[in-house]
Amino acid sequence: MNFPAWQRTRFIAYKEMLHILRDPQTLFFTLFIPLAEMFLLGFAINTNVRDVRTVVVDFCNTQESRMLIEQFENSGDFMVVSHFQSEDAVTAAIVAGKAQVGIIIPSDFSQKLEAGQQSPYALLVDGTVSSIASAAINVGNALALRLSLEHGQNGQSHRQPVVEVRPHVLFNPDTRSANFFLPGLMVVIAQMMATVLSATAIVREKESGTLEQFYMTPVRRSEVVFGKLIPYVALTMIEFCIMMLVMRLVFSVPIVGPVVNLLALLLPFTLTMLSFGLLISTKAETRDAAGQMAMGTIIPSIFLSGYVFPVDSMPYGFKIVAQFIPTTWLIDASRGIILRGTDWNALWLHALVLWSMATAAICVAAIRMKKSVA
Amino acid sequence: MSQISTESYHAPDPSEAISIRDVTIQFGKFRAVDRVSFDVHPGEIFGLLGPNGSGKTTLIRALCGLLHLPEGEASVFGMNVRTQAETIRETIGYMSQKFSLYADLTVQENMDFYAGIYGLSRGLAKRRQSELVELTGLSPYLNRMASKLSGGWKQRLAMVCSLMHGPRLVFLDEPTAGVDPVARRELWDLLFQLAARGITLFVTTHYMDEAERCGRVGYLYLSKLLALGTPNQLKSMENITPEGTHRYEIAGGTAAEVLDRLRTRSGVREATIFGQAVHALIDDEVHLDDLRKQGLIVREAEPNLEDVFVMLARARKKEEGQS
Repeated sequence: MNFPAWQRTRFIAYKEMLHILRDPQTLFFTLFIPLAEMFLLGFAINTNVRDVRTVVVDFCNTQESRMLIEQFENSGDFMVVSHFQSEDAVTAAIVAGKAQVGIIIPSDFSQKLEAGQQSPYALLVDGTVSSIASAAINVGNALALRLSLEHGQNGQSHRQPVVEVRPHVLFNPDTRSANFFLPGLMVVIAQMMATVLSATAIVREKESGTLEQFYMTPVRRSEVVFGKLIPYVALTMIEFCIMMLVMRLVFSVPIVGPVVNLLALLLPFTLTMLSFGLLISTKAETRDAAGQMAMGTIIPSIFLSGYVFPVDSMPYGFKIVAQFIPTTWLIDASRGIILRGTDWNALWLHALVLWSMATAAICVAAIRMKKSVA
Repeated sequence: MSQISTESYHAPDPSEAISIRDVTIQFGKFRAVDRVSFDVHPGEIFGLLGPNGSGKTTLIRALCGLLHLPEGEASVFGMNVRTQAETIRETIGYMSQKFSLYADLTVQENMDFYAGIYGLSRGLAKRRQSELVELTGLSPYLNRMASKLSGGWKQRLAMVCSLMHGPRLVFLDEPTAGVDPVARRELWDLLFQLAARGITLFVTTHYMDEAERCGRVGYLYLSKLLALGTPNQLKSMENITPEGTHRYEIAGGTAAEVLDRLRTRSGVREATIFGQAVHALIDDEVHLDDLRKQGLIVREAEPNLEDVFVMLARARKKEEGQS
């Protein structure tokens, strides 16, 4: 870049920065709202099962049956709220929404256990919340298996090998949903921020008439594009770092891989999204319209990027579409780096794709920028 | 040069500040500028008049290279508008009808931004700024937000920014729209000072008094240039006060009443209120003695520029209707 071009770019960037700083309200909301969203979603979207309200009917009422109930409680997933005397009462409690799980232990439970016979107990589960249901069934099965194994060991079946189940979930041992959601959420928030910020950047000047004045100067389109992008790149990346900090400190999500790798991929992603926003702002006439168009591009990328629904389980056509969404690549990289410590052996493709997308987006934005004047 | 300049020239004149030849600009089916040709001499104050939508702003944009020029030729200081737009933009200034600086930046920051955009060195920017601040009297407001300036001061700031790079030609697109009369006069004083320094000024306006101040005036109507000349040349054009008619100023009575009476009379081609008096274009055979007897003052009057433009617009509309 020759000297006057760099000077012009620098002055545009400086001016843009002044705009940002002069509007502390917008700056506050720009930085604060994403964090609020993060807290909200981080706490609210919690697929973990904890303290599920459980009701019990113990027809047996022996040491074994009480131990079984205790084990349910000790798992931390279940909280026995009341004991009933009939099955109907259990069903009623679940129908009324007072409890989500009911444990029914038959009167011959201990007897059959002693005798080495199959000794079933019933588990009623409210299926309306699928995550709770599956967790309850899992725990119930596990406990039943453990109990029967214990009795098998103590009883007469010495010849059978002792089987012990050790459930072990890779990478997210507690199956904590925060670990799954937050690395993707940060990417989505960064996308929203970058797109909306830059979508309003040119429209603001269109609305105030400053754009026309601006174009009467010898300024070149690439200088406008870069001058506008620089402060917003900085702002978006700073916000991303703050979000990572919150993720680590507040939500205790461990970061396995080096953060620098993630930031290196965040840069082309941010550039792509900002250029996209600039493109929108060359089309839109008012800031409201720009905001709407920005949201219009964000929503499909939220659903198709694998942020909510895994890309692998999408229909074939959508799987192809997902590959063209930059968000897909950065979310994959973000989860990879943060949760699994993925290295460049796997990430080089992400870098290649994201930089290609960034280059293309910047070029298109620069070309459209010129046409928007006329 | 003839008063009515509708004939075509051959090629743009590189010695002129602006030289336009047969320029036609079309937006879809709408012809915004229709075969317009004229020159603006270096150092003059050139006024372009015309109703809203007559093509004034479009023409300026084309001259600045912001619009593609599909037909015709145009040059600014000998530079081709099509191929040398960027160089042209380095030598021209532009001030729009709307306040178009950054409201959330201070006066100083706005000046710094434009100095930076025009690639001025730090030293030169400082010198230019202090010179222009002195010229416009902006010094007490340097640290004020542009949004907090009054209309007149905003215009001065816009002026300073458009002059930052020392342009030889400045386009002023309705610079005084919505500015109070005092600020308007002060701005014109400023324009005369700039003209005295040899800067060519291209001004569009709706105000007749401003048109009178211009060295030469062009009148754009329905995308066509209808007339071009000094204000005096335009007023003495023969079809403005046709043979066998005279212009009168009739004062002394209630202007609205006089107007009503005149309009119903045959032989009165035109009548309009001007302040306390009525200006009228009347056939010579019509006798006005009865008015005089009623104590009204009837004086022969020169056409003003408004008369000129109204006449030109009517004639043009009639022509359009016939074709």
